[in-house]
Amino acid sequence: MSVLVVAEHDNSVLRPVTLNVLAAAGEIGGDVDVLVAGSDCEDVARSAAAVGGVSRVLCADAPAYAHQLAENMAPLIVEVGTDYEHILAAHTTTGKNFLPRVAALFDVAMISDIIGVDSPDTFKRPIYAGNGIATVRSNDAKKVVSVRGTGFDPVPDGGGSASVEAAGSEHDAGISDFVRDELAKSERPELTAARVVISGGRGMQSGDNFKLLEGVADKLGAAVGASRAAVDAGFVPNDMQVGQTGKIVAPELYVAVGISGAIQHLAGMKDSKVIVAINKDEEAPIFQVADYGLVADLFTAVPELDDAL
Amino acid sequence: MKVLVPVKRVVDANVKVRIKPDGSGIDLTNVKMAVNPFCEIAIEEAVRLQEAGVATEVIAVSVGGSNCQEQLRTCLALGADRAILVQTETEAQPLAVAKILKAVYDREQPGIVIFGKQSIDGDNGQTGQMFAALTGLPQGTFASNLSVTDGKAEVVREVDGGLQTVMLSLPAVVTTDLRLNEPRYASLPNIMKARRKPLDVTTPEELGVDAAPRFEFLSVEPPPGRSAGIKVESVEELVDKLRNEAKVIE
Repeated sequence: MSVLVVAEHDNSVLRPVTLNVLAAAGEIGGDVDVLVAGSDCEDVARSAAAVGGVSRVLCADAPAYAHQLAENMAPLIVEVGTDYEHILAAHTTTGKNFLPRVAALFDVAMISDIIGVDSPDTFKRPIYAGNGIATVRSNDAKKVVSVRGTGFDPVPDGGGSASVEAAGSEHDAGISDFVRDELAKSERPELTAARVVISGGRGMQSGDNFKLLEGVADKLGAAVGASRAAVDAGFVPNDMQVGQTGKIVAPELYVAVGISGAIQHLAGMKDSKVIVAINKDEEAPIFQVADYGLVADLFTAVPELDDAL
Repeated sequence: MKVLVPVKRVVDANVKVRIKPDGSGIDLTNVKMAVNPFCEIAIEEAVRLQEAGVATEVIAVSVGGSNCQEQLRTCLALGADRAILVQTETEAQPLAVAKILKAVYDREQPGIVIFGKQSIDGDNGQTGQMFAALTGLPQGTFASNLSVTDGKAEVVREVDGGLQTVMLSLPAVVTTDLRLNEPRYASLPNIMKARRKPLDVTTPEELGVDAAPRFEFLSVEPPPGRSAGIKVESVEELVDKLRNEAKVIE
């Protein structure tokens, strides 16, 4: 039995969520190989080879994989993944994009967004915005699975010395082209990996007011997130959205400011270790999941919090 | 150019769902059902393409029980020209739905197929990409903007790090994210008109598709409970609790 993990990276750095996916692979059992598909991505391959528990790193280094377009990635993974019983990737916008395409080419089901491994063919995954946890058994010979990073503690980075081998041919489907990226630049930690997250909702009233949260975030080493309402209102960009259809976070501390707590938002943060809610409406549903609730006007409470830290 | 829009009947987004006491699934008796919100955005985008003169016909298609006709009528009221129901009483999983839709695609030959990026019940997020694989079409997933010119579709995608723009040759598959558009409401005259628009019913067997399930739900359980904690009276008390009780800040 063997597992192929498709690495998440940007051609220079192996993204930490790959370590969570490797943890899920370890629970499935058997040899674990990592596929690094990119362009000029040998640094990533070396990083993957240094992770303990990895047997081999397969490196597909070609211009067609520079932006990991699904049309090119899928035939590559089919070529490289034929002999594996399990193919895993992170349930990120990258993995979500190419992995169903891989499953369909193999003519097998995909199991999305797993948070637990019961056995090599049976997995736990949230449904209905996390209001139910389903135990799902795949009856296909090959299992194609996306992994929720926060569902698994990462394997330690280091202690490994896997071989790196070139693998796969260049598949350029020629039907899609990368045009441009507009990526948010931030000195703060990434939302899904941050130890502390502070998020704002509709109650923030404007994008400018998010500066209040940034002051607190800087003191706590926190990432800044937002509810869908705040993103829809145009206060902040989409990459900050926490929720059922945005990012799933599970930090040590989650501070929800001016967020009412719709079930779709709770789906993205309720596995956080400690939840703080600051909201002037004492009936807000967010208080039903908060360990510490403060009924207060955020425009006085947040500056006070900033001063107190 | 025809635009095909697959839509799914799901529990209304505002309903708090209940798990059946025996853990066999979600209790859907007497629960309000609706068009999956992402599919509604897909219909809206298709209708806008038609209003802009890019699309000539908007076809809504659904796979499921006969009651999916309600949601297809909603799509017709929102501006779709006709609808197709592929009727099956067995649970249609994403791969089966993708295969069924490929058969519909082969028959209709649309220039763009617009899916919702995920349904809010199963939260799988697979069908559009699987369909793209089976048809060999390019895919623009999680779209927040779509423009169609000169036989190409430019799609702005919402990705984890921000936005990514891709150019796809047509025909192409697009899956909608929340901010692609804001769907309109159906007007009463349009709801009346929708009753007379064509709605064809077929089956997976007629389309020659094996729609058998590939995975099974062994059980569904509630998530680990989380109960309300305490209310603090001041920021000072909050900081004290976080430092000395929860020990999550220094």
